Amino acid sequence: MIAISHEKESDWSGASIFIKDAVFETPFETGVEYSSPARGPWNIVHTGMLMPESHQIFVCAQSCLRGVVLTAAEMNAEERFSTITIEEHNILDGDMEKLIIDGVADILHKLPVRPRAILLFTSCIHHFVGCDLRYVYDTLHKQFPDIDITDCYMNPTMRKTLTPPDVKMRQQLYSVLHETSIRDNGINFIGNNFPTLLDGELGLLLQQQGCIVRDICTSKTYDEFQKMAQSKVNITTNPAAFLAGETISKRFGTKHLVMPLSYDYDEINAALSQLYLLLSEKKVQNISAKDSLSSSCIDCAALAHDADKALAKTAELLGTTQIAIDYTATSRPLGLAKLLLTHGMNVTAVYADNFISSEKNDFDFLKNNFPMLRLYATVHPKMAILPAQEKSYALHDSPSDGSFTLAIGQKAAYFTGTRHFVNMIEANGFWGYSGISHLMELIQDAYKNEKDTAKIIQVKGWGCCA
Amino acid sequence: MRQSSAILNTYAADVSGVCSALYELGGMTIMDDASGCNSTYNTHDEPRWYSMPSMVYVSALTELQAVMGHDDTLCEEIGAAVAELHPRFVAIAGTPIPMMMGTDFTGLARVIEKKCGVPVMGFGTNGMHSYVSGASLALVEFARRFCTNTVSAQKNTLTRKTKVNILGATPLDFSVTGNLEELKNLLCARGYEIVSTWAMGSTWDELMNATTADVNIVASSCGLELARYFEKENGIPYVIGIPTGTFVTNAFFASLDAAVRTNKTQTPLWQEETPLKKGNLNTVDAQPAYVIGEAVWASCIARALQEDFAVQNIRVLCPTEADDILLKPNGTHIVYEDDYFDALKKSPLIIADPLYKYAASKNTKFLSLPHEGYSGRIFRKDIPVIMGKNFDDWISQFLQ
Repeated sequence: MIAISHEKESDWSGASIFIKDAVFETPFETGVEYSSPARGPWNIVHTGMLMPESHQIFVCAQSCLRGVVLTAAEMNAEERFSTITIEEHNILDGDMEKLIIDGVADILHKLPVRPRAILLFTSCIHHFVGCDLRYVYDTLHKQFPDIDITDCYMNPTMRKTLTPPDVKMRQQLYSVLHETSIRDNGINFIGNNFPTLLDGELGLLLQQQGCIVRDICTSKTYDEFQKMAQSKVNITTNPAAFLAGETISKRFGTKHLVMPLSYDYDEINAALSQLYLLLSEKKVQNISAKDSLSSSCIDCAALAHDADKALAKTAELLGTTQIAIDYTATSRPLGLAKLLLTHGMNVTAVYADNFISSEKNDFDFLKNNFPMLRLYATVHPKMAILPAQEKSYALHDSPSDGSFTLAIGQKAAYFTGTRHFVNMIEANGFWGYSGISHLMELIQDAYKNEKDTAKIIQVKGWGCCA
Repeated sequence: MRQSSAILNTYAADVSGVCSALYELGGMTIMDDASGCNSTYNTHDEPRWYSMPSMVYVSALTELQAVMGHDDTLCEEIGAAVAELHPRFVAIAGTPIPMMMGTDFTGLARVIEKKCGVPVMGFGTNGMHSYVSGASLALVEFARRFCTNTVSAQKNTLTRKTKVNILGATPLDFSVTGNLEELKNLLCARGYEIVSTWAMGSTWDELMNATTADVNIVASSCGLELARYFEKENGIPYVIGIPTGTFVTNAFFASLDAAVRTNKTQTPLWQEETPLKKGNLNTVDAQPAYVIGEAVWASCIARALQEDFAVQNIRVLCPTEADDILLKPNGTHIVYEDDYFDALKKSPLIIADPLYKYAASKNTKFLSLPHEGYSGRIFRKDIPVIMGKNFDDWISQFLQ
């Protein structure tokens, strides 16, 4: 039995609600926030590390530096990471620009290997003191013309705006791409932290069209990464990457195709159809996705049949096992809940503080058809105490009665205290029908095999390599 | 360039020190910040999440609130959380942006206290100092607000055990790997009764009885101001140090006995002069050896090396805040990477957290002593127990 550091009882009101009673897209009250120790989702340091041969410099106060510098240290990437500490006097002295310029120069002189690019992160303080960042970057570009130095931001006060740090980071990552007159048959996957798995229909379609697939996640060198500037189409699948895709397409005059992660067969077909039409340069209007794909190698019906088979097999294995899904596993937790529930699985909980607008149809469907599906907040203050109190869980122990919840996502695993979970972050690069089949394999594995949940979920930026 | 750091890490900040000190006390601690400080604390500075949940939150300060102020909103939101979760007290700690906003945490605490009806403490931390300053502030304020028991111990009673408090114990210095337990074992084995530990592993009632102790042990820099408070308010003398190795352990207990006997605070364990021994490392006339870390631990380790292992010309480099009394005679407070590189480049021996290894030269013997307040959880499994004779056993592997 774990010790709880307070004594009085509380209830779940405010932190949990049946979907029938919930309001889209923010079902919960806001207030002071809890942060669960499930650390697999990537932060801006992890995303920055995707750029080969780059070096990150963070300029902020000690309290802000510690989290990011240890992020780098935990992945043995100290040599790709440096800091400039802001002290109290810098705020009063008005020497913030000089601090940054001199600091970057000093660090570059100390580094044993000259980086190809510098990701220079300023923070909330610079935003509020009115630091002249244009002057800073102009000066640095003149001083170090051989290095691509770009502006990145660790500015969590922007967390609830349209450009939160995560979205801004994905956008700025591609700002160092050099303009080029070369335009080839390249397809960029933009703004993902994991490479999109191309062993299914998406890969087949791209192969059929003779496309060169490019992704920062798979770029081994800075030069290889730079070739992304040559590609003719930019695909984004993650809502947090849409701005990045739009920005790069505007800058280079190339196409941006949004192929959102989805668990709805019609949406998947529509996205595949759009891609096919774009690549084959056909201008066909007012025909169904299925018809537009008929001249391609994609057989939507067969793909749907295969996905259904994988779903049925999983449903049979799981029986009535309760399933919990969280928003870190997929940007469409409600869409996934709908898919599993309509294929005979017992989804009982979704952990998410709010939902993206494209989840509205799934929200309405679930509200009408599965009204007792329970929604849980993840940052509500009660989540620090009640899950532990209710379950009396310790993540090291197996349940004594043999029953367990199967979680999809680290936060769901933490809050339910289960050892049976799918360790999936940002959909693991799964997309489309083949993505559904891969996910079913992971669910089956999670059902059959326990994981050391506490050990796994404490690792920051799961899957990130320096 | 003093404030740039190409490779060295940074210590847990003052705001984490507040949270760590108050973690087990049944209160609700709120960092007034947008979000980063909360996840940093939860991830790197707090190992107790999996065994003991606590009410540690962030105010989720937004851009607009930073410009327009958010005292009213914060009062309302804290009030709502208090009404739901019934903490014993509330603590609010500042971070860089509230400092720029000019947030008056003391005033804010008064307003929230009046509104919520629970005790509220405000800490004007700003994320620009180390955990030592934050933990010190929190422990003293907690004692001032709650530890109002005026019953003092009956001094010099021969028929009962000597009662002690351990002050300044948080996972940021002690981690959760057995050092605190071993310190307690040593005390119990020598016949001492531990009244309370500030603030790990003690109940509320135990903490409230702290004023009945005969003597306080300052087990890290975080406990020094608290010891001074108890000395001033309750007349309890204190001893600064931890028992590391044979010599220091003997000195530690002699010092405790002397403090009780005389009812006077003792000189820190490492400051009494003893004759130099013949060194087994050629450091007397050459470059000094260094212990890097929080002042109390580093100084006791340095003294143990000097007395039990005849390492001469050994110095302490202290990156966290330290009162002058803690730095005498061979300690220096340094913070910047350049200073470390300058000091360490010719040193024959360094004992420090593994993340300092980058500042050592190839010819330096580097002994890793992970410090949770510096490298967080990365090397936690490698943290040795160094209390008492365990230190001798640990260090012998490397120096003989």
